[in-house]
Amino acid sequence: MGPPPAPTAGTETATLNIEGMTCASCSNFVEKALSRTPGVQRATVNLASEKATIEYLPGQVDRAGLKAAVEQAGYGVHESSPAVAANVLASDEELDARKAAAYQTLKRRFQVAVALAVVIMPLSMLMLWPAMMSRISTPVLNYVLLALTLPVLLYSGREFYVSAWNGLTHRTASMDTLIAVGTGAAFLYSLAATLIPHWFMQHGLMPEVYYDTTATIIALILLGKVLESRAKSKTSAAIKALMGLQARMARVVRNGQELDLPIEQVVVGDEVVVRPGEKVATDGTILTGNSAVDESMLTGESLPVEKKAGDNVFGATLNKTGSFRFRVSKVGAETMLAQIVKLVEEAQGSRAPIQQLADKVSAVFVPVVIMIAIATFVVWFDLAPEASRVPLALVGFVAVLIIACPCALGLATPTAIMVGTGKGAEHGVLIRNAEALEKAEKVTTVLLDKTGTITRGEPSVTDFLTTNGDTPAHLLPLLAAVERQSEHPLAEAVVRYADTQGGLRLTATAFQAYEGRGAGATVDGQVILLGNRRLLSEHNVVLSTDTEQQAMQLLSQAKTVLYAAIGGHVAALIGVADTVRESSRAAIQAMQADGIEVVMMTGDNQQTAAKVAEQVGIKRYFAEVLPADKAGKVKELQAEGRVVAMVGDGINDAPALAQADIGLAMGGGTDVAMEAASITLMRSDLQGVVTAIDLSRQTMRTIKQNLFFAFVYNTLGIPIAAGLLYPFTGWLLSPMLAAAAMALSSVSVLTNSLRLRGYKHSA
Amino acid sequence: MDTTQIIVTVVGVGLLAFVGWFFFLAPHRVAAAVSSSAGVQQVDIVVKGGYSPNVIEVEHGKPVQLNFYRDEENSCSEELLLPDFNIRRDLAPFKTTAIEFLPQQAGTFEFTCGMHMLRGSLVVK
Repeated sequence: MGPPPAPTAGTETATLNIEGMTCASCSNFVEKALSRTPGVQRATVNLASEKATIEYLPGQVDRAGLKAAVEQAGYGVHESSPAVAANVLASDEELDARKAAAYQTLKRRFQVAVALAVVIMPLSMLMLWPAMMSRISTPVLNYVLLALTLPVLLYSGREFYVSAWNGLTHRTASMDTLIAVGTGAAFLYSLAATLIPHWFMQHGLMPEVYYDTTATIIALILLGKVLESRAKSKTSAAIKALMGLQARMARVVRNGQELDLPIEQVVVGDEVVVRPGEKVATDGTILTGNSAVDESMLTGESLPVEKKAGDNVFGATLNKTGSFRFRVSKVGAETMLAQIVKLVEEAQGSRAPIQQLADKVSAVFVPVVIMIAIATFVVWFDLAPEASRVPLALVGFVAVLIIACPCALGLATPTAIMVGTGKGAEHGVLIRNAEALEKAEKVTTVLLDKTGTITRGEPSVTDFLTTNGDTPAHLLPLLAAVERQSEHPLAEAVVRYADTQGGLRLTATAFQAYEGRGAGATVDGQVILLGNRRLLSEHNVVLSTDTEQQAMQLLSQAKTVLYAAIGGHVAALIGVADTVRESSRAAIQAMQADGIEVVMMTGDNQQTAAKVAEQVGIKRYFAEVLPADKAGKVKELQAEGRVVAMVGDGINDAPALAQADIGLAMGGGTDVAMEAASITLMRSDLQGVVTAIDLSRQTMRTIKQNLFFAFVYNTLGIPIAAGLLYPFTGWLLSPMLAAAAMALSSVSVLTNSLRLRGYKHSA
Repeated sequence: MDTTQIIVTVVGVGLLAFVGWFFFLAPHRVAAAVSSSAGVQQVDIVVKGGYSPNVIEVEHGKPVQLNFYRDEENSCSEELLLPDFNIRRDLAPFKTTAIEFLPQQAGTFEFTCGMHMLRGSLVVK
C-alpha cells in the first residue's frame, strides 16, 4: 500500500468513535481495515482519543459502510453527536459508575482487613498472659498469625505496594510509599522472626512479631480512605446538583404539533411550550403568555420573577403559575446553566496563592519523611540499650512513616475552595477562581457604581416640563426620535415614556452621541440636543433664570435632569429618577457592620448623588464621574492603601472592574460581565456582594484552619513518632496509634471543609 | 559502638544519600509534543504511580491536547490538576482522558494529582 494520496476534491471527512482498542497494534489494525475499504482515501486512528478520522469518496462508501468495516475488524463504533459530547452538562455516567465500583472495592478491602485484624489483635496479646503462653507454642502461634496477616497484606493492602512500586519507577513517592515501606518493614521483620527464630536468638534478639501492627495499620489507613472518599464526593455535590438541574425533555412545537423531544434534539429557533409547574427546558425569549418563574436555582433569588412576552427565560428554572411559549435562543453549552457550571468547574480547578507553601512542602514531603525515618532507625539503634535496640528502632521507623500525612496538606485548600465555590453558586455568587476568593477576603472598601447596583438601573421619566411654550405632545416625538438612536439608559427611559404617551414616530438624521453628556440629531429639519447641562453649555445654549430654577427643583428631589434644546434654545426639561432597591440599604449596612467602607460612584450630579447616598447610608461618594474616569477613581482609592472591590454591571465599567483588586459584576447573565469580573452576581441586588465577601471570609478561615492543622499535625506528629519525647517522658508512639492519627487527620481536614456546606448568608 | 552499630550507621547514611539522590537529583523523562495535521500539539501520558513522561514540552500559541491514560485504579491519581489553566479533571481508570487548552505564554507550569503528590511539568516554549 503506497502513501495515501493528497485529499482530492469531492472527498468527505468523517470522525468515528472507536470502541475496544487497547493498544497501539489495535489502532494500526483499525487503520488498515479502514484504509483497505473501497472509497476510503485516507484513514488515521488515534488510540488516545479513540477516534478515527476518515477521508472518503461519498459515491463509493458511506458512514454506515465505514462503520461496518470497523465492526468487521472486531471493534465497535460508538455513535454520539459531537454537540452532546461537548456539552459540559452531559454528566459522565461511566466515570460515576467506575467511581462507585472503586468505592465498593475499597470498602470490601477495608472490611476484610478489619475482620482479620480483630482476630489478629487478641491472638497477638496472648503473650501478655504467661499462663496462656505456656500452653501454646510461640512458633505455632506465629505461623497462625502469618496466615491471617497474609490476606490483609495481599488483598487489602495490595494497592499500597503496587502503587508505591509504580511510583518508584517514576521516581515519585506518595502516601502509599510511606505505608508500603512502613508496613512492609514490620511485616518482613516478623516474617524473618517466624521463619528463622533461631538466627535471632543466636544474635541475642527475641524473635518478636509485628503482625498485629501490620494488619491494624492497613485496616486503619483503609478506614481513613473510605471516610475520605465519602467526604470527597460531597465536596463536588454542589456542581453535581447544578448539572442535575438540566431538563431532560422539552415540549416543542413543530409543524403546528406539540412534540415531547429529548433536550438534545431541541435547536435554536424552536418554539417551546411550558405549562405551570414545569421546568423551562433551555434559554429563550417569551413569545406569548406570562407567568412567574422560580429562578432561585440559578440566581439564588428566592422570590419568583414575573415574566411576560419579550422577557428572557433560562433553562432549568421552574415555571410556577402561568403557561407560555418561548423561542429557543441557546442550547447545550451556550445556556446560562452550562455557563455557570463551566465557571464553577474552572474555579474549582484553579489554584489559591495561599496554597503555595503547602504545595512546596508536599513536593518534597515524602522523600524527606523517608529520610527522617531512616535517621530515626539509626539513632535508636546506636543509642538504645543493646537488648531493646532492634524493636525500638523498628517501631520508631514504622511510626514515623505511618504518622506522616501529606494528604492533609494537599487537601487543605482545594477541598475548601470546592465547597466554597459550589456554595457560592447556590447563592447566585459565581466565583471565577480561587485567587478571587482569596482577594475578596481582604477587601476593605467596596466601590459601588450607583446605577444598576444601589438603584434598579432602570430610570423612568417623572417630569416633563416645556420651557418655550410648546406642547409636550409636539415636543416629545422629536426628542424620542433622537433617543431611539441612543443606547443610554436615560435615553431608553425617554423612549419608554414617549411610547406610553403615544404620538408620532419620527426619524432622526445626523445622530451624534456625546460621551457622558448626551446626544444630538436632526429631526424634522430641526437641530436637537438632549443631554446634561454640560452638553448645552458646550454648545453655548443659555438657560433662563426660570428654567434654571425649575431644574434646581428637580435636582433637589434627587432627579436627573435632561436638558432639551431645539435650534440652540432650551425647549424642555425632563426629570428622570432611578429608584433605590429595597434591599440596598440593608446590604450596605451589613457591609459597614463587617468593617467595610462603602463608597458610591455615579455619573450623576452632586445633589442626586448626595440624596441617594443619604438614602442608603453611604458617607463617601464620587459624583459626576465620566465613564472613562471610573477606573481612575478605583486607582484613587487604591492609592489610599485600600483593597478595593468594585461593583458594577460589567459592561460600561469593565476597565474599572479590571482595575479594582476584585471586580463584581452584578445582574449576571451577559457573557461580557462574566468575562470581566472576578465574581459574577446572578441576583440583581447588593445582598450578593455581602454574600460574596462573607463566603470568601469563611472559606479563607476554613483554609487557614486546615493548613494550620495539617502543618501542626505533621510537625508535632513526626518528632513524637520518632521518639523525641522518650528521653524525657518515656513516651513512645505505637505505630497503630500513628495509623489511627494519620487516618483521622485527612478526614478532619475534609470534614472541616465540608462544614462550609452549612453556610447561610446573613440576611 | 559495636560492629553492628557501625554497619547500621554506615548503611543508614548511605540510604539517606541514595533516597535524596533518587527523588531529587536524578534526571526526568522529557517528551516534546507531536503536532497533528490540524495543528493540535498532542502528547500521550501514562498515569501509573506517576506521569510518564513527566516533563512535557509544547509551543505557545497552539492548542495542546494531553491524553492521559490512567493505567491504575489507585485513588491517588484519580484527579488531575493543571491550576494555571483552571483545570481539574477526573481521570477514569484504564481510560484515556483528553485535556485540551491553549497555552498563550511561555513558562513552566505544573500539573499534579489531587493531593499534589504526583507531579509533572509542562514547559511552554
